[in-house]
Amino acid sequence: MNSGRCAACKYLRRRCPSDCIFSPYFPPNDHQRFACVHRIYGASNVGKMLQQIPSHDLRAKAADTLYFEAKYRIQDPVYGCVGMITQLHQQIHSAESELAKTQAQIAFLNSNDHAQESQVQNIETKLHPDSNILILPEQTNAAGGLWSYVPASATSTDQTSWF
Amino acid sequence: MGGSSPCASCKLLRRRCAKDCIFAPYFPSDDPHKFAIVHKVFGASNVSKMLQELPIHQRGDAVSSLVYEANARVRDPVYGCAGAISYLQNEVSKLEMQLAVAQAEILCIQMQQRPNYLPTNHIDVQAGEKSHLLSADFNNNMSQYLGFPSSSNVIQDPLKRESLWT
Repeated sequence: MNSGRCAACKYLRRRCPSDCIFSPYFPPNDHQRFACVHRIYGASNVGKMLQQIPSHDLRAKAADTLYFEAKYRIQDPVYGCVGMITQLHQQIHSAESELAKTQAQIAFLNSNDHAQESQVQNIETKLHPDSNILILPEQTNAAGGLWSYVPASATSTDQTSWF
Repeated sequence: MGGSSPCASCKLLRRRCAKDCIFAPYFPSDDPHKFAIVHKVFGASNVSKMLQELPIHQRGDAVSSLVYEANARVRDPVYGCAGAISYLQNEVSKLEMQLAVAQAEILCIQMQQRPNYLPTNHIDVQAGEKSHLLSADFNNNMSQYLGFPSSSNVIQDPLKRESLWT
């Protein structure tokens, strides 16, 4: 009978009944699991919490998470796993700020790009009606500032030479 | 007894509230629910032991985190705080992905605007600078529990936004 006891009943030094609430979730080969949980929550509270959960699968998950939280509470007696939650909140905040900055940068780069494109599209040459002087529109872009009057005879069919 | 009312713990436990009661500074009588929930999940005896093992200046934070955990466990009896951690971990991963996509978009725009731009010479530091949002150790610790969904979606919202520390 002794060899059939779950880790909880072994720890509590009692008989392990066939319907023991702990035995499916605290196998005898893992003493530390129940020891952690018992240290933080107490066997009685763990038993009550498991009893309130209707299904075996959910009870198994509950036992896992209780063990997880108990372990973190033992490692960090002040904050337990709540320290991890705080850290995650900070990481989310930091990532959101970084994402907002990056998206603003994208918006800026795109608007800059569109402004340059529209300036290029708006450039057109026209011949002054009374002379052979080719008048080019004023350029206000940063790269420009070099536009000036150019004799019509000096023009070529290749407009790209002006750039 | 000097006329002072017993703390919430001693009221609930129906005992005399001693002058050096370990619970009294943290469980005032005007908030009985706070101790009730901690007692329900952890038990008064365990809480007392935990507080006694801590220096006085850390006990306040310990009580706050215990109350937080107890509330999480009562709201979600299956996953407790672990459910919130899993949810927040997913949120961080999503944000990391969005950030990586946005940073790649910047590189593309920069390359389009400057056709002769050689990214190997002026690789944008942003691409690598903020890629350490999660440490490898943190990921390893959570890796075995990342699959936890929550037993209730309602639970995540308060824990997602609930900040324990101001």
